[in-house]
Amino acid sequence: MSATAFDPAAAARAWRPPALIGDARLRWAIYAGALLYAALALGSVEVNWTRAAEGLERGARFLAGFFPPDFVSKREEILDGLLESLTMTVVATALGIVLSVPVALGAARNLAPLPVYLFCRGIIAVSRTFQEIIIAIVFVAMLGFGPLAGMLTLAFATIGFLGKLLAEDIEDMQAEQAEAIRATGAGWFQLLAWAVLPQVRPRLIGLSAYRLDINFRESAVLGLVGAGGIGDTLNTAFDRYEFDTAAAVLIVIVAIVLACEYTSGWIRRAVQ
Amino acid sequence: MPGDAALLSVEGLSKRYPTGDLALDDVDLQVPAGQVMALIGPSGAGKSTLIRCVNRLVEPSAGRVRLEGEEITGLGATALRRARRRMGMIFQEYALVERLTVMENVLSGRLGYTGFWASWFRRFPRRDVEQAFRLLDRVGLAHMADKRADALSGGQRQRVGILRALMQDPALLLVDEPTASLDPRTSRQIMRLLVELCEERGLAAIINIHDVALARDFARRIVGLRAGRIVFDGPPEALDAEVLTRIYGEEDWSRALRRPEEEDAEEAATAA
Repeated sequence: MSATAFDPAAAARAWRPPALIGDARLRWAIYAGALLYAALALGSVEVNWTRAAEGLERGARFLAGFFPPDFVSKREEILDGLLESLTMTVVATALGIVLSVPVALGAARNLAPLPVYLFCRGIIAVSRTFQEIIIAIVFVAMLGFGPLAGMLTLAFATIGFLGKLLAEDIEDMQAEQAEAIRATGAGWFQLLAWAVLPQVRPRLIGLSAYRLDINFRESAVLGLVGAGGIGDTLNTAFDRYEFDTAAAVLIVIVAIVLACEYTSGWIRRAVQ
Repeated sequence: MPGDAALLSVEGLSKRYPTGDLALDDVDLQVPAGQVMALIGPSGAGKSTLIRCVNRLVEPSAGRVRLEGEEITGLGATALRRARRRMGMIFQEYALVERLTVMENVLSGRLGYTGFWASWFRRFPRRDVEQAFRLLDRVGLAHMADKRADALSGGQRQRVGILRALMQDPALLLVDEPTASLDPRTSRQIMRLLVELCEERGLAAIINIHDVALARDFARRIVGLRAGRIVFDGPPEALDAEVLTRIYGEEDWSRALRRPEEEDAEEAATAA
């Protein structure tokens, strides 16, 4: 028998399931390092227990100020803020979708030539880099306080969100279907309408509904930097120490966010 | 060009992919009007590349392609789209737009003749829709017109794929492995339908197929491609072990060369 004869029994004994990190020394070094880091990090946390105890009491008083929530005495302001937020959200989402579709087409490598691709990916990267609050501060500085700044902020953020996710869906589409439509002699726009759109439509609708939901939540935050909407109402209530009104505003926001989330979830399921 | 009897004429066609692979190496091929030709060869021989170079879904690296005397290579985008209308393409995985209905898929064969907005609103001329229904009825799918394409079986989908190509009013069919995803019986039915339709309408066809028995039974001319070069061109009767070895390489071909009469008999028995 030659030295190269294969012995399945010995091979089976020697076989081990593959480890996540192949090198045993490296594996143990990583585990030990992680443990050491956790111990050091915990040791470095300074907790002032007396300050925390005082804070708890203050927090309790603060929370107690919320009850009972007062929907009535500032009803007008709450309603105005709410309406402004909803308007901002709907307009920003619609504008954002209209702007993000061409960006998404340009950011899909299977449709766009390289320069267009890089340009559109650049727009998406810029939009996604800056948190809404930062963009809102810039727009407020440029355009003054009010919902216009908030609306533009949300529209801009929508481009990054929808543009990126839609572009990924376009890149994942089945190339054969597009090839077949091109082979019929269809033009570029017909290719989009007949091969690309049918494949990405469910995702486009689902993402739009989801973004509407996100935009409303964001609109509540944007008021804090003066970009209008229900956040403004909330901010004013806090500034005036009207915690009962603030509680009412918070409840309204929670209710609307829940309603939006439920609706967008239902829409996404319906179009799948 | 007067005196040029060939419907399609390919001269010195080469294709080198950016990866460096030479898929086609100086191919010359003439297809007269109305001829059903089978293109056989091992996987990777360049069969798909060849038919895609004819309608320029793949851009050839060198050589000329002429259809009905018009040089396809070198056409601008608009003229190329017009030329593509005369070349119907049929795909291995059917390449139907799955979320569109059967009728929409059949009508998409008319995109090259229809303006963008008319196609966007599905306003096709009445006679196109009538023609689509006539064809659907011919293949027994008229009752499925409003079903979504992904609700169909493989054989039904390929019939729709064939009708889409016929709607283009083509002179030539480019057929890429039409039976590779189908069971043997459906494969023969699809091949029979293709050949029948070509005869009725005087269409020429290039059928890429790796099933030698099917090629021999349904085509009047066989062209063998190996490593991007034509190594055989002749009638089906001339296919013997020597030729198959030249196309595919060394193998015991005696069993593959049996006539598949048994299969036909079986099919007749099932149909009866």
